[in-house]
Amino acid sequence: MHHVHAEPVPEMVRNMLKQTALHAEHLRLGARMVDFAGWDMPIQYHSQLDEHHAVRSAAGMFDVAHMSAIDLLGAQTRDFLRHLLANDVARLQSPGKALYSCMLNHDGGVIDDLIVYFIDDSWFRLVVNAGTTDKDLAWLQTEACAFGVEVRQRRDLGILAVQGPGARARVHAVLPPDLAERASALTPFSAAWHGELFVGRTGYTGEDGYELIVPHDDLQVIWRALLAAGVSPCGLGARDTLRLEAGMNLYGQDMDETVSPLECGLAWTVSLTDAHRRFVGREALEALRATLSRKAIGLVLEGRGVLRGHMPVRAAGGALGEITSGGYAPTLKGSIALARIPLDARGPFEVEIRGQWHAVREVKPPFVRHGKVLVASAAAAPRD
Amino acid sequence: MSNTPADLKYAKSHEWVKTLPDGTLLIGITDHAQAALGDLVFVETPKVGRVLAAGEACCVVESVKAASDVYAPVAGTVIEANTRLGENPELVNDAPYEAGWLWKLQPANPADVDGLLDAAGYVASLA
Repeated sequence: MHHVHAEPVPEMVRNMLKQTALHAEHLRLGARMVDFAGWDMPIQYHSQLDEHHAVRSAAGMFDVAHMSAIDLLGAQTRDFLRHLLANDVARLQSPGKALYSCMLNHDGGVIDDLIVYFIDDSWFRLVVNAGTTDKDLAWLQTEACAFGVEVRQRRDLGILAVQGPGARARVHAVLPPDLAERASALTPFSAAWHGELFVGRTGYTGEDGYELIVPHDDLQVIWRALLAAGVSPCGLGARDTLRLEAGMNLYGQDMDETVSPLECGLAWTVSLTDAHRRFVGREALEALRATLSRKAIGLVLEGRGVLRGHMPVRAAGGALGEITSGGYAPTLKGSIALARIPLDARGPFEVEIRGQWHAVREVKPPFVRHGKVLVASAAAAPRD
Repeated sequence: MSNTPADLKYAKSHEWVKTLPDGTLLIGITDHAQAALGDLVFVETPKVGRVLAAGEACCVVESVKAASDVYAPVAGTVIEANTRLGENPELVNDAPYEAGWLWKLQPANPADVDGLLDAAGYVASLA
C-alpha cells in the first residue's frame, strides 16, 4: 500500500512548523499531527468518524487557532469594509452581529472568505483562513491606507470552535456567569464578549455552536474544562467532512483567486443592492454576470465508492467539469461532492473514479443541517 | 503498538498472508496499515477469477482521508473476495487479521510464500 509511510511529518520538518497554544494537549491526547498551512495540527485523535458523529449528535471541539483574528480600528472602518468586501457590512447594525463574506481582487476572484464581526463603530473583527493570512494582511494594509484604518493581527488570541447540539450548554458552564447569560441569548451569527473573552455563535459544521476567540492562556483552561465536561476533541479531518456535509466551501479547494463567488455557489454573499457601493471586484463581477460559464453544484454518488477532489464530472452530452471537494459523508453513509461544471450542463451526471464512470445525482447543498440529512441519499435508500 | 501475529507472512507493502490448510492463501492488510489509514469507508476487492502477478495493484482501500492500493504479495488467481466488506468496510479496522481479510488466492507457486517477510522482518521494515 502507498500512503502508509508517507504520512508522518519528519522530525526536522515538524520542528519548523508553528504550534498553537493547545499543541501539547493534542500530543497528550495521542492525536495524529499533520502539516496544515505551516502549522502542526491534529488531523484526528482516535477515529475521524467518531469525531464527526460526536459533533452531529452531541458536542465536539476544534483547535482552529491557526486561523487569524484581525482587528480593524478607526472611525472609517465601516466605510473601509463596504469598499473591501463583496457582502455589505451595512447589514451589521447592532454590536456583535456577524457576516460571512468574500474578499475579492479587482478581477472578482476570491482572495479569501471570512467572517466579519461588528464590535463598535470604530472596531470590526475579521476571522480569516490560516493559509491566506499573510496575503490577506498585505491586501488589508494596502487597501486600509486611504481610510486611515489600523490593521492589527491579534496574535495574542486563539480560536476554539465548539460545535454540536450540546455545545452551547457545555460552553456556558465554563464561561463567567454574565458572559454565559449573554451568550445564551445570542441569535445565530452574532457575538458577545467580556473583556478579551469573545463568543461568536458561528461555525463551520452545519450544527449549532460557538467559535471562541480568547487569549492563549484562557484557550488552554477552556479546552481542559470542556474536555472534562465530555466535549470530544475533533481534528481537521472531521472538520472537513462536517463542512462538506454542510455544503460549505473550503478556500483553496472550492474557490481561489481564479474563481468568482458567482462560480462557487457564493452568489448569495455578494450584495449588489446599493448601486453606489463600488466594492473591490464589483465591476468585474457585473461584467462576468453576462458571460458566466461555470457554476457549482452538489453531487451524491448513487453507488458505493468515494468521490474525491479533481475527479472529472461528465454531463449529458459530454460536457466536462470537475469535483472541487469530495469525500465520504459519515451522516449519509455515502459519498458526496461539490463540483464545478459548465453553466448549461444538464444531468444525468457521472464521475470518473479510477477509469470508470459512476452515476451521481445533482443536489442542492447543504447535504446535512442540524443533524438531519436534507438530500435523499442513495445509500439510505432501500437496497435490493 | 500495532499487532503483528507471528504465524503470518508479510509483504513490505503492508499485506499479510495466511496459508490455509488447503494450500490457498488468505490476504489482508496489517494492523499497522489500517491504523495509519484511519477509518475505512470503502473497499474494492479484486474480482474472483482474476489472475494476479506478484506486486500487482488489485484492491483499493479507501479511508476518510485517501484511497490506497493493495498489492498481490505473490502471483496467483483470486478465488474468493470478502463480500462482507461491501457493507462493513470497518471490519478491516476492527479485525484486520480475521473478519477484515480482503481476498483468497490460489497461489501460482506455493513456495513463493517462503520469500515473504516473517513478523520480525516486517516489524523491522517499519522502522
